Formats: sequence, C-alpha cells, structure tokens
Amino acid sequence: MLWTRKHLLTIEELSAEEITLVLDTAASFKEVSSRTIKKVPALRGKTVASLFLEPSTRTRISFELAAKRLSADTIGITAQASSITKGETLKDTALNLEAMHVDFVILRHSAAGSPRFLADRLNCSILNAGDGAHEHPTQALLDVFTIREKLGRVAGLNVLILGDILFSRVARSNIWALVKLGANVTLCGPSTLVPPIFRELGVKVTTNFDAALREADVINLLRIQHERQRKTLFPSIGEYTRMFGLNQDRFRLTKPGVLIMHPGPINRGVEIASEVADSPRSVILEQVTNGLAVRMAALFLLNGVQSPAASTPAS
Amino acid sequence: MHSLLIQNGRVIDPANNVDGIRDVLIVDGKIADIGSKTRPGKMDTFDARGKVVCPGLIDIHVHLREPGRSDKETIESGTRAAARGGFTTVVCMPNTTPPVDQAGTVEYIKARARESGVVNVLPTGAITVGLKGEQMAEIGSLKRAGVVAITDDGHCVQNNEIMRRAVEYAKMFDLPVMDHCQDYALSADGVINEGYWSMTLGLRGWPAIAEEIIVSRNCLLAELADWKVHMQHLSSAGSVRILKEARQRGVKVSGEVCPHHIALTDECVKGYDTNFKMNPPLRTRRDVDALLQGIADGTIEILASDHAPHCSFEKEVEFDDAPFGILGLETEVGLFLTELVHKKVIPLQKLIAMYTINPAKLLGLDRGTLSVDAPGDVTILDPDHEWTVDRDQSASLSRNTPFHGWNLKGKAVATIVGGKKVL
Repeated sequence: MLWTRKHLLTIEELSAEEITLVLDTAASFKEVSSRTIKKVPALRGKTVASLFLEPSTRTRISFELAAKRLSADTIGITAQASSITKGETLKDTALNLEAMHVDFVILRHSAAGSPRFLADRLNCSILNAGDGAHEHPTQALLDVFTIREKLGRVAGLNVLILGDILFSRVARSNIWALVKLGANVTLCGPSTLVPPIFRELGVKVTTNFDAALREADVINLLRIQHERQRKTLFPSIGEYTRMFGLNQDRFRLTKPGVLIMHPGPINRGVEIASEVADSPRSVILEQVTNGLAVRMAALFLLNGVQSPAASTPAS
Repeated sequence: MHSLLIQNGRVIDPANNVDGIRDVLIVDGKIADIGSKTRPGKMDTFDARGKVVCPGLIDIHVHLREPGRSDKETIESGTRAAARGGFTTVVCMPNTTPPVDQAGTVEYIKARARESGVVNVLPTGAITVGLKGEQMAEIGSLKRAGVVAITDDGHCVQNNEIMRRAVEYAKMFDLPVMDHCQDYALSADGVINEGYWSMTLGLRGWPAIAEEIIVSRNCLLAELADWKVHMQHLSSAGSVRILKEARQRGVKVSGEVCPHHIALTDECVKGYDTNFKMNPPLRTRRDVDALLQGIADGTIEILASDHAPHCSFEKEVEFDDAPFGILGLETEVGLFLTELVHKKVIPLQKLIAMYTINPAKLLGLDRGTLSVDAPGDVTILDPDHEWTVDRDQSASLSRNTPFHGWNLKGKAVATIVGGKKVL
C-alpha cells in the first residue's frame, strides 16, 4: 500500500487500507517521542503553517509538536493574530502563505468545507484540523489507533459514541473510520442531538443509554459544546448530565474491559464524572500521546507525496 | 409609423388558444394583426420559419441590484441578460439599497429603466418598511408610483398579524402579495437542505418545514382575506401538497418554481461550491419529483428565475459565508425547455403559458398575449437549438452560475420589445 494523497481532508474519502497505513506508520513514529532526542529529519527544510481560526489547544500544539519532531520549520497563526481581523479573506491569507513557499497548511476553521476550499486553490498540502461540524480526521485516526493499540483490533468491536452527534466533527470522522474498519457503531444521546438520519451512515442510533452502555467495548464521550449549539435543543446542562452523563452508577453497567475515551477538553461532572475520567479504564491522556504519533504519520505520508525520495519513518 | 412583420413562424399564444403557422404584425409598438396571409407593403420583416413565435416572456422574480449594488448588476446589464434569455419583461425585487419601500425609489427605478433598460422593468414594492417585517410600508403610495406587487423577497414577514394586515390592505389596491416563504426560527443559520447531505457535509440544515409552515400560513391568510398571495421560489414537496390543497378549495394562492430547484439537488453541494448555495436551498430528488408533478398538474403555474447576481469575490469564500443565489435569466428558458418540455413533463404550449399569460394574470398586466392592441412584445424560440452555457459570455455583470458548461436544448433566438428587436 502506497500513500498517494496530497491532502488529508476527510476520513470519508479514505479507504480502510489507507487508514490502516496511517495507523501502521503512526505506530513506528510513537517510539520517537520516548527517545532522549525526540526528533527525526523526515521534514527537514519543509515549512508547516498551522492556521487556527478557531480556538484550540490540544490539536494545535499536537500538530506543531509533530511537525517539529519531524524537523520541519513551523509557524503558527491564530485568528486574533492574523489579518483575518482586518477583513482579509481565507483565500487571500492562504495565498500569502503560499507566496512564502509554505509546504503544509494545517487548518482549523469553524466553516465546514474550508480545508477543501484551500485544497482547490493552493499547491501546498492541506491538513484538516477540524472544519465546523464536518470532519476532524486526525482525531478519528488517533481514536482508532488507541482502540487498536489497547484492544488489538477494531473490527467487530461495539463502539458507543455518546453526546452531541449533530454538531460534532469528531463523531462524523469517527463514524467513517470505525465503519470502514468494521466496528459496530452505536450513537446515543438526546434525540435532538442524535437525529435518526445518521443511520444512513451504517450505524445504530438509540436513546436507550443503559442498554448501549452494557454492550459497549469502547465508549467515546463527546463534549457538550455550548458554543456550537442552539439553545433550543435540550433544556439544560443539568438535565443532560442526569440523562446522559457517564456517572459512577452507570459506569458499573459497563463491561469490565471497556475503554473510556474523550477527545477533550473534558467537562468534569457534566458528560463524565471525575472518577470515571480518572479511572484505569480511561485512555483519555493516551489518546493525546497517540495524537502526536498520528499527526507525525500524517505529515510524513503527505510529505512523501510531495517529495517521493523522503526517508523511511523513524529511521 | 414603424411596422415589423414576423413571418412563417409557429405562433403559440396560449391566452388566445392559438397554435399554428401565422404571421404576426406589429405596428407602432402594438400587436396589429395575426393572420395566416401575409400582406405586402413596406415594413421590416423577420423570417421565423422553423421557429416558435410567442408572446414576450415575463420573469416575475429578478434581482437587478440597482440602486445600491451596481457592482453586481445594473438595470442595464440585468435587462440585457433578460433580452438574451428571451424575456421582454422582468419584475424586479425590492431588496435593493435603499429598499423599494417608498414611492421615490420606485420613481428612480422607473427612470433608470427608461434611460438604460433593454426590456420592460416592472418594480415591486416592499411589504414592510426596510424589509424588516415590523411595520407596513406605504403600500398605497407604492401602488400609485407603479409597483405591480408587494413582497419582502429575500426576507419573510415573521409576524403573522403584520402579514395578515398587509394582505388585507394590499387587496384594497388590487396589489398581489408575493412572499419568500421562510420561518427564521426554523431555518436559523441553515445554508443547505436539512438531510443526508447536511449531515455528511457538516453544514447547518435549512429544513423544508421552514418553508412549508409559511406556505401554510399564507394559504390561511389568503383565504381569510380572500386575496392573492403568491409563493415565490417553492422548493419542497410539502409546499406543493399544501398549495394544491388550498387551490382546490379556491383560495387565491399561486406558486412559482425556479430552474435550479428542478435541475439540481442538495447532493450538488458536496464539493462546497458556493454556486450551489441558494435560498431556499436545493432539496432532494423526492422534492424535485413533487415540483415536477406540481408543474404537470397545474398546482404551480408560473416559472421564474430568482436571478440573483453576486460578485465573484463574494462567492469565493467559505460556504457558510457566501451569499445565497445564482444567475438565472440567460439559462432558465434552456433549462426549463430541456427539463420540462424535452423530458415530456409538460408540452411547449404550457411552458409558454407559464411564462406569459399566467404571470400576466397574477399581476393584472395587459401583456403575455398576442391579442390585437397588446404591447408588441414577442419572443422567438428555437426549442431544439442545442447550446452550451458559457458564463463568460453572460451579459450579467456577475458570473455566479452552477450551470457553466451545461449542454441545453432550446433557446430564445430573438426578443422583441414594443416592436423593436433587442436580441
């Protein structure tokens, strides 16, 4: 299997083989971060710009660290510190980056489709770091990487994704990745946030939380995102927590080996009880560690398409 | 005295139930005679052999952008596009800057149309001051200044009491009310039809029910006031069903359909091309089928473009940020002939009626017919002419069409306004 894509825009467009290639590549990069010298020369001389037009801590730092550990030069641009505040369009901002011969643009944007918009107009590689409610491909890749690493496989597992599905790019990318890799995906949450149309993606949709918990091998909790939601969709955070929060009582219903995942940032006491987040079943921080490896793998594979003579991973 | 004789064409005039080879004589800007026998004499002639000669087409839903946004379109460029599309009359929407909520703005548009218009321009006035939906505009004064209907198009009056009174009040002036049907609470910040593609693309949904609930409201208000309410750019199956039911009970409601709502579906948005962003949004195959059925069974009796020019720089942005709307005037006849007539949804005579006598009746115009003494507006169509849409050849100042490169069958080959050939 050879990687041939110039951009990483969606999981939807990837095949199971391509997803597996990223995971395998990430596995060999994971070791790099535990070395004394946490660096390989794969992207030496390349420039990576992270253009984050929406707040982010984890993903931005993870991408920038990944680029640095591959020896790329990195620049970070946020909305507040850019000419976007002076009315410059996304297209013009990106064309200016390209005029400075940037090789990769990592884009986080509140508008769905904006990475595709750039990919259609620029010559450099675009990595989607989250576009509106559309996709967050590296999050899904690190999630399936973590599942595979912890449970040895993805196919056949029962994966429960819980919470705000309607507005979640993490949910969409995870659904595509998990379904392609053969997992059984169940979505659960308030009926207004988990519309039945999601069944058309090949997943189960339920509001029976307890039954879904009992079956799950993996539970991926999504944050209830105040900033992304209309106020009309559920009555209150308090009621959400009572109905769909993963508290200790509900945690007792789960299988002994269940994995508790969360893309972060977590809201302790809202969608997840503190004790559950900190329990041995929680792999939330390992997800963060794996995110670095997955993003190194993504940059490495895209770089190989730009310059096919690039060195092999972690050599 | 100027005379024009259009010879040997197949004359289709649905208002007079005419369909046959005739000559049409226009004298001093008016239809003078329709006969099968040509009389010799000194006059200009046009050989329409093999072509269809019909009353000048009327597009009742056009944005000319003047005053205020003459970078997008002007009355001159918009009416030139209309002429090239086969239209002799366009009805322009009041959402200009300033909006057409005062008689003075109507006078301005009429004056600009006299100076620079290539075809007839009939202005509409606002229902409410500033199109804000809060207070009725001076509808009587707008009527005196010459508007042919009132509408807040681009906006929708949300307050049912204000809409009720506007319909009742407009009736006094014989002014039809046209409405862009959109419940704002339900459509919220939607940019695409709510359904499979909004889910997959992660774009906010604009559900069909946000249109249907206002169509329902308008049917109830039209019935209450016993007056004409016309539903603009209908897009959904539910709207057709509601409209059909009301019309069967004799309520004075009507509806129009735009070509993009039958030629395209929401799946087209999958590349995030903002030329597929319009309001109301493209809907599903099921909705398209219902619109076609509504056109075939007469529930929908008017076709229009919702010609909505926007600058390229405005459209070349993130999908969420792009303005709604596309060009229409130069492609609509080709699209509807291709999709409706050549695909045998309706016969050619009916398509012509939907663009002529039907809108003329709604607005109470003396146009849309080739009756003797009617204005000498004539469109000559070649229904079988095959051509390719090229946005760079457009007479519009804008380029926002999703149909660039489409092969269409059917085109206007001549447009005659008041006896004068403008295309």
